[in-house]
Amino acid sequence: MKPAPFAYVDPRSIDEVVEHLARHGEDAKILAGGQSLMPMLNLRLARPSVIVDLNRVGGLDSITERDGVLFVGALARQRAVERWATPRLPLLAAALRLVGHTAIRNRGTVAGSIVHADPAAELPALLLCLDGAVVARSRAGERQIIARDLFHGPLMTSLRADEGVVETRWTLPPTAAGWSVREMARRHGDFALVGVAALVILARGAIARVRIALFGAGPVAVRAEAAEHALAGQTPKPALIEEAARLAVERLEPMSDLHAPAAYRLSVARTLTARALADALARASEGGH
Amino acid sequence: MIHEPIRTVRLHVNGAKHERSVEVRKSLADFLRDDLDLTGTHVGCEHGVCGACTVLLEGEPVRSCLLLAVQADGASLTTVEGLADGERLHPLQQAFWDHHGLQCGFCTPGILLTAKALLEENPHPSEEEIREAISGNLCRCTGYHFIVEAIRAAARP
Repeated sequence: MKPAPFAYVDPRSIDEVVEHLARHGEDAKILAGGQSLMPMLNLRLARPSVIVDLNRVGGLDSITERDGVLFVGALARQRAVERWATPRLPLLAAALRLVGHTAIRNRGTVAGSIVHADPAAELPALLLCLDGAVVARSRAGERQIIARDLFHGPLMTSLRADEGVVETRWTLPPTAAGWSVREMARRHGDFALVGVAALVILARGAIARVRIALFGAGPVAVRAEAAEHALAGQTPKPALIEEAARLAVERLEPMSDLHAPAAYRLSVARTLTARALADALARASEGGH
Repeated sequence: MIHEPIRTVRLHVNGAKHERSVEVRKSLADFLRDDLDLTGTHVGCEHGVCGACTVLLEGEPVRSCLLLAVQADGASLTTVEGLADGERLHPLQQAFWDHHGLQCGFCTPGILLTAKALLEENPHPSEEEIREAISGNLCRCTGYHFIVEAIRAAARP
């Protein structure tokens, strides 16, 4: 047996889930898709005493759109969201295709990848790029946490031990928005060494709104706000894109590991940001998609 | 001695019904191999990277090392033992034989099931689509070329 012993509960309702969380706190861990938690259990990097399996809770796998917001239930699998997003939110669909492999995405959930908060994962950066949020439930009730308040450090979020995420929310950009997601990984499906997602909305040839979010470039996924400010209101030109890419990586402190030194990650992040902005601007000037 | 929590699991594997008592922390992969004697599902990295333990859960490829056996209660699974029809190999198995798509055979069950799901969704994949589909299955013998050839051959009408 690989994991250390644990008690296993598979509640049928969210109320029961939060009761377990309230009772066990830090000793409990929610099991959704299991594509991050199960490896940690097998390697005994995590040793929770109680596993609260979310998979028997009904109604948590919904994917719905209302008033320009996409609502994704905590059990919606990455593959299901990828299929939903392919015609409707191509930026998210393209990013999901970079998450692991098909067999991983068949089980892995969007919410799970976000709350796992791996700094090299795509989805936390996408949540930042698409002005998203998570909805956390506890015995005390529900609260919404916007993306910029969620990520605290590697595998660390602002969620309390007695809270479970029941939904993620994503702002749907206008169809004319331009977008791009680019990453460098050793092989398809591997965690990215570094990557970037960009979203651009043009109005009368000028940049009306822009979002840039980077992953694998520091302890958490980050918005490149200095670069966004430099671009806002401007008419896109190659020199401006280069300057924005420089600003995007100016304050980043990526890590060094056996796959790449920090300086290399910075250099790639800058290049990818410039390319992603150019892609997104080209798509935006063609009217999106 | 730690009290080991046990649960009853009822599931279908390759059409056959099974019922067993199982420790809650046992992976589906270990359950298939140790409790059901279905040793065609191979266990490699045990953290979701190598793809050797891939099985079909309700027709979709999943890593059986990243599922608990108790999570499969009520489910229908297909393992490599369920591919052949008696003595007659599944077209993918025959193509792997004909095109030398296996060498040591360790990765083969996971790749066969991944390829089966690919061809059901996309009956005529391009070489690139095949390579992407099996990118989550590590082979350390053949270098993938013959594997891709075999899947292409099986996809031809």
